Amino acid sequence: MVDGGKQGKLFLAFFRVGIFGFGGGPSSIPLVHKEVVEHYKWMDKDEFSDVLALGNAMPGPIATKMAGYIGYRVGGVFGMINAVVATTVPTVVAMILLLTVLNTYKDRPWVNGMSQAVVPVVGVMLAVLAWDFVKKSKSSFGWVLTVVMIAASLFLLEWLNVHPAILILSLLLYALIFGKEKKKETPPAGQVSGGDTQ
Amino acid sequence: MIYWELFLAFFIPGILGYGGGPASIPLVENEVVGRYGWMTTQEFSEVLALGNSLPGPIATKMAGYIGFMEGGVLGAGVALFATVAPSLILMVLLLGLIMKFKDSPRVKQMSTLVRPTIAVLLGVMTWGFFADAIEATGTTQTIVLAVISFVLMERFKVHPAIVIAGALLYGAIFLGS
Repeated sequence: MVDGGKQGKLFLAFFRVGIFGFGGGPSSIPLVHKEVVEHYKWMDKDEFSDVLALGNAMPGPIATKMAGYIGYRVGGVFGMINAVVATTVPTVVAMILLLTVLNTYKDRPWVNGMSQAVVPVVGVMLAVLAWDFVKKSKSSFGWVLTVVMIAASLFLLEWLNVHPAILILSLLLYALIFGKEKKKETPPAGQVSGGDTQ
Repeated sequence: MIYWELFLAFFIPGILGYGGGPASIPLVENEVVGRYGWMTTQEFSEVLALGNSLPGPIATKMAGYIGFMEGGVLGAGVALFATVAPSLILMVLLLGLIMKFKDSPRVKQMSTLVRPTIAVLLGVMTWGFFADAIEATGTTQTIVLAVISFVLMERFKVHPAIVIAGALLYGAIFLGS
C-alpha cells in the first residue's frame, strides 16, 4: 500500500469490512479474516481462530469485538477505537441518512410500498437465523431436549412474561455453576451416536 | 434522563446477547419497544427491515439510529458505546484469563445453553414480522414475497442485499397505492 500508516491501514481494513458485510456482523467475519490474515498479515490463521473463539466466548456483537481486539493488538488503545469506529460509524451514518430521507417522503405511496415489501423478506431472514439456532441446539442437546428447552423458553417468555434478560442470565449462571468442567475432548461416552459426522 | 436510559437499553442486549449482534436484536426490541416505548413494534420492524438493506453490523446500526432519534448525535454515541464497549473492554482486559478458559467446556456450555432461548426469541420476532406484514399488505403478497425471497436466498444463494433491493423496487412499484 502507498501509505504506511498503521492507523490508516487499520481504518481502511475495517471500513471495508463494515461497508461490504451484508447480513450483520457474524456474516462479515470472513471479510475480517481476509483483511487481517490474508491482506495485512497482522496475525496468522491459527491466531485468528483463537481470537474468534475468544470473541465467541464473550457476549455482545462479534464484529466489533473482533475489530476492537485486533485494533488493540495492532495499534494500542487508539487502534482499538479506530477499528471500532471504522466498522460501525460509516454504516450508522448511512442508516440515519436513509431513514431520515424515507421519513421525509413517508406519505408518498411508493415509500410506503417499499417499507411494506421489505418486511416479509426480513421475516424470512430472521426465520432462517432462528432455524440455525434450533439446528445448533439440536447438535448439542439432541432433538428431545431441544424441543423441551424451546417449549420451556416459549412458556416462560410468552405466557409468564419473564424478561428475556432474566432468563438468559439464569441459564448462564446455571452453566457457570453446574457446568461439567471435565470432558477432555473425549467423545461423549457411548450414547450420542446420532451426533453429526460431517 | 434519556442518555442513561439509552445506555441501559443497549447495555443489556450487548452484555447478554450470545451469538453475535443479530441474535441480540430481540433483546433490543424488548428494551426499545417493551420497556421504554420509543417505538411501536411496527416501527421497529420497519427500521430493522431497512437496516438490513444496508451493509455493516446490524446491532450497531440499530443502536446508532435509535440513539440518534432519541438523543441526537450524543444519543447515537451513547447507544453505540453501550452496545460495543462493555464486552470489548471485558475481552481486552480479561484476555489472559479467557485465553486459558476459552476451550473450557463450562464456557462453551454457557453459549450452548442459551441457544434454544435465543431461537425462541428470534422465532417470536419472526412471527411478529409476518403478522405485521399480513396486516399491512395482505396474506397473498406476504406469502409471495416470503416464498420468493426464501427460494432466492436459500436455494440460489442470491446475496440478501440484492433480494432486499429487489423487494424495495417491487414495493415501490406494486404496493405503492
